[in-house]
Amino acid sequence: MDDKVLLGAVGEKDAVLAFKAIGIKSMPAQTAQEVQAAIHRLYREGVRVIFITEAAARLAPDMIERFDNDPALSIIPVPGTAGTDGYGERRVRENVLKAIGSDLFLDNDRKEGN
Amino acid sequence: MASVLRVNPTRMELTQMKRRLLTARRGHKLLKDKRDEMVRQFMLRIRDNIALRRQVEAELARAFGSFAMARALMEPGSLNQALLYPARQARLQVGRANILSVRVPTLTVDEDSLRESRLPYGLAETSAQLDGAIEAMAGALPQLLRLAEVEKTCAMLADEIQKTRRRVNALEHVMIPQFEETIRYISMKLDENERGNLTRLMKVKEMIKDRT
Repeated sequence: MDDKVLLGAVGEKDAVLAFKAIGIKSMPAQTAQEVQAAIHRLYREGVRVIFITEAAARLAPDMIERFDNDPALSIIPVPGTAGTDGYGERRVRENVLKAIGSDLFLDNDRKEGN
Repeated sequence: MASVLRVNPTRMELTQMKRRLLTARRGHKLLKDKRDEMVRQFMLRIRDNIALRRQVEAELARAFGSFAMARALMEPGSLNQALLYPARQARLQVGRANILSVRVPTLTVDEDSLRESRLPYGLAETSAQLDGAIEAMAGALPQLLRLAEVEKTCAMLADEIQKTRRRVNALEHVMIPQFEETIRYISMKLDENERGNLTRLMKVKEMIKDRT
């Protein structure tokens, strides 16, 4: 089922403006309600990938978890204008922990990287 | 110790239990193989995921940096106006891939939408920094999409691995021992009945012999 779809972005105004500039459907959101409403609206409009700033993602973790297992919508946390606060990487680490049962692999990776 | 299932100790139940044990063993082996393969697939992708995430974070930080610069140099009103109608539309194809019956999305960027490098505004009222910022954002887009694909795949695989692991463990540590225990219980009960019958017969035979 291939079809043309849109990309979306949710987060602080400054950050989503940058996404808007490259043609990504952007919804500024500052509060938990706004974030939830924005995700809902984008989903209804057929958006399949939503980039959400880490600060906004922290506001609505339930919403993001709800779509975790839905192949129709990918919600990807990206750093906001203030830079990354580690939320996105923490989610990746949680996945590793879930799948393998230990975080050793990532620790090694970090040591190699530094 | 596994508990015995509540069943009647009959020959029919015994056959059925044996059949269920066989099925459980086969299911266990298959699920274990599935889990191992999924972990392998996950490991292949997760390194990519971490590397991509770091790369994207760095690229976005740079793009946001130039954006902040552009904002500082332009009036908010004219900046908003300039970006009101984006000239390029990021388009992509969404497909489905199947990794061991985990359905994951695949994202393919429409090359045309990336090639369009037009800026959505006239050059008279905007600063040069904005052009650079938009270029930087557009440059980060393919990586962003690859990150989206890989991260979603990893998240879904991780979830499925967890589920499969639970199933494997339930079969290995609960169901299979339970069936084994029940089979032992039924066969012991049947043997006991057999012995009881034999003794009774011998006893009766002796009584008949004594009477004649």
